[in-house]
Amino acid sequence: MEMTTPGIAPQGAASHTEPAPHTESPHTEPPHTELSGAEITVRCLQEEGVPFVFGYPGGAILPIYDEMFKQDKVKHVLVRHEQAAVHGAEGYARVTGKVGVVMVTSGPGLTNAVTGIATAYMDSIPQVIISGQVPTHAIGQDAFQEVDTVGVTRPCVKHNFLVKDVRELAMTIKKAFYIAATGRPGPVLVDIPKDVQLSRTTFHYPASMSLRSYNPVVKGHAGQIKKAIQLLLQAKRPMFYTGGGVVLADASKELVELVRALGYPCTNTLMGLGAYPASDRQFVGMLGMHGTYEANMAMQHCDVLLAVGARFDDRVIGNPRHFDQEQRQIIHVDIDPSSISKRVKVDVPIVGDVREVLQEMIRHLGTLKERPDAAALKQWWAQIDQWKQRDCLRYDRGASIIKPQFVVEKLYEVTRGELILTSDVGQHQMWAAQFYKFEKPRRWLNSGGLGTMGVGLPYAIGAKLAMPEAQVACITGEASIQMNIQELSTAKQYRLPIKIVNLNNRYMGMVRQWQEFFHGNRYSESYMDALPDFVKLAESYGHVGMRIEKPADVEPALREAFERTNDLVFLDFITDQTENVFPMVPGGKGLSEMILV
Amino acid sequence: MRHIISLLLENEAGALSRVSGLFSARGYNIESLTVAPTEDPTLSRMTIVTSGSDDVIEQITKQLNKLVDVVKVVDLSDGEHIEREMMLVKVRAAGKDREEMKRMTEIFRGRVIDVTDKSYTIELTGTGTKLDAFLNAIERGAILETVRTGASGIGRGDRVLKI
Repeated sequence: MEMTTPGIAPQGAASHTEPAPHTESPHTEPPHTELSGAEITVRCLQEEGVPFVFGYPGGAILPIYDEMFKQDKVKHVLVRHEQAAVHGAEGYARVTGKVGVVMVTSGPGLTNAVTGIATAYMDSIPQVIISGQVPTHAIGQDAFQEVDTVGVTRPCVKHNFLVKDVRELAMTIKKAFYIAATGRPGPVLVDIPKDVQLSRTTFHYPASMSLRSYNPVVKGHAGQIKKAIQLLLQAKRPMFYTGGGVVLADASKELVELVRALGYPCTNTLMGLGAYPASDRQFVGMLGMHGTYEANMAMQHCDVLLAVGARFDDRVIGNPRHFDQEQRQIIHVDIDPSSISKRVKVDVPIVGDVREVLQEMIRHLGTLKERPDAAALKQWWAQIDQWKQRDCLRYDRGASIIKPQFVVEKLYEVTRGELILTSDVGQHQMWAAQFYKFEKPRRWLNSGGLGTMGVGLPYAIGAKLAMPEAQVACITGEASIQMNIQELSTAKQYRLPIKIVNLNNRYMGMVRQWQEFFHGNRYSESYMDALPDFVKLAESYGHVGMRIEKPADVEPALREAFERTNDLVFLDFITDQTENVFPMVPGGKGLSEMILV
Repeated sequence: MRHIISLLLENEAGALSRVSGLFSARGYNIESLTVAPTEDPTLSRMTIVTSGSDDVIEQITKQLNKLVDVVKVVDLSDGEHIEREMMLVKVRAAGKDREEMKRMTEIFRGRVIDVTDKSYTIELTGTGTKLDAFLNAIERGAILETVRTGASGIGRGDRVLKI
């Protein structure tokens, strides 16, 4: 069935502005007017001030789509595959910090969305997914397009609901938004059977709510905060290790203030990039599997570590036993108690909202006369500078073939570091993280936890809709981009002039790299044969395509692409097939066991 | 080490699967799990017997607390507590065994709750080890069927798990 959304026939990006603040009272109807569950659902989204819903219609959710048709406050973005709907909503949420909303039908609509939901869950992205379900009387009958949605999604959502009574619908949606956005954010799914969408009841959107079983801790423990500051002041080799939690809590300003006040080195995880300005003197680069030599060495050899909104995962610290070999005191600030002492033992745990805790730390530091040990700090910085001299990110800048790192460096120059840059997963993602210097948070969108190929283009779509004035580009590879290539059509429909930077090395590059290092050069199924002509492909979707084969053409091509402000430009860079990402901490190894160029 | 964890959770569809799913997803052990509504019908009380190092038990309680349906979590093993399990066991009881089986039941303070001319059904309550001891005390071949509830636990003295 062909569905159209006349409510937002393509109008150009400029029209996709933030909705006016919602001032309407929830009680516009006479008190006895009954609304259908479908109307209630849409009214709830309006009450939440949701500007965009990313979705795809189908049988079990048609009543809600019918109500979407009758209004224009909540705009619907029609994707070409439900996975991309979830990623689109993630893109929106990652740049704005607000809850992204997804709408899918039952059965395959929902199962297609699962990869996206799991991606959002791993990266703690606030999201509400509304899924249609077969009518309540048909549940369990193996009905057409029936799947146990709450069962299928349970391990990859923060919470989910099956609404069996229309009278509980509004409250359930209210809870879903609340749970998704508070504490450690995450996706929350509301499954609505078709008969519930059609049943009627009076509508009242609750102004507030509380859940006896859900009360995230916001304020950090004052005693622990004092203890943390004491430890930090006594440190000889201090280190700040900060992650995506700083971005999620919008605590970048506080982080910068505290780091500068102390003069200590700071590293970001892949998810935390931009939370501390990359060009700052105290920034030592990203850490982890493909982090800088100096960041990893400083992480390994520090004596006091302040971890903020980060979770010591395997791609960050490598082997925890190796990490434990060095003696250090660890302070860990996180909103999620279960993230603390999960992979490494922590000396000073502080549960709370990262921003609130950092504010308290700054305040407490201000009341003290003590200052960091300047002599020790000078020595520590000298050591770090020595590590820096390894120049771990060097590559052959004079190569006659396009080096992928060169493209990222030129991309940074041409866009003056101001892009919202989305990425897919693989080598290009790591090069972007290493070479594009993010100065601000919420400008680097990628799938860090789940590592989902195919997120880049839909992230860019969500980001561009949310921030129509910003320049949005997607860095990708010829393998990743094909996982959601159909979204070129969505980008056309909504006239989103995204720039796609395709680092085309004809291989699943990261798979190829691992096969070279760890599987005896046996490139099992990692060669991308029978590639499409990406220039023609882009053109067939109504976009502009460019192929770039020489290093000298890289910068002019990027300039031309970004000058085409109204076009989506697909830049297909033919890059060195054998380039590898360095440094690298091999799986299961320790941070100081890097392979260097 | 063996731990007995008590929780109060919302008496809602799916709450049990969230808990059991958590244990399987994260590879935690479950020795037994029992659940039933409390005097407040909106709440269920669950007792989980699990085992693991201190680190693992700490993660288990944190992860349980993180579930939106879970209202309260207590590791009963942290303090004095009482633990009981109920077992129904159907045994062959014919001829001279019949009197012997009755005597064993009395020694273990059990009760015969159903009788045929060839069998007894015995109800026995106690700690898991006591139930094991009974099964070891009677003749293996006489056991026709057993069913056990898994452990339920409660804190000793004035300690109360309530919201």
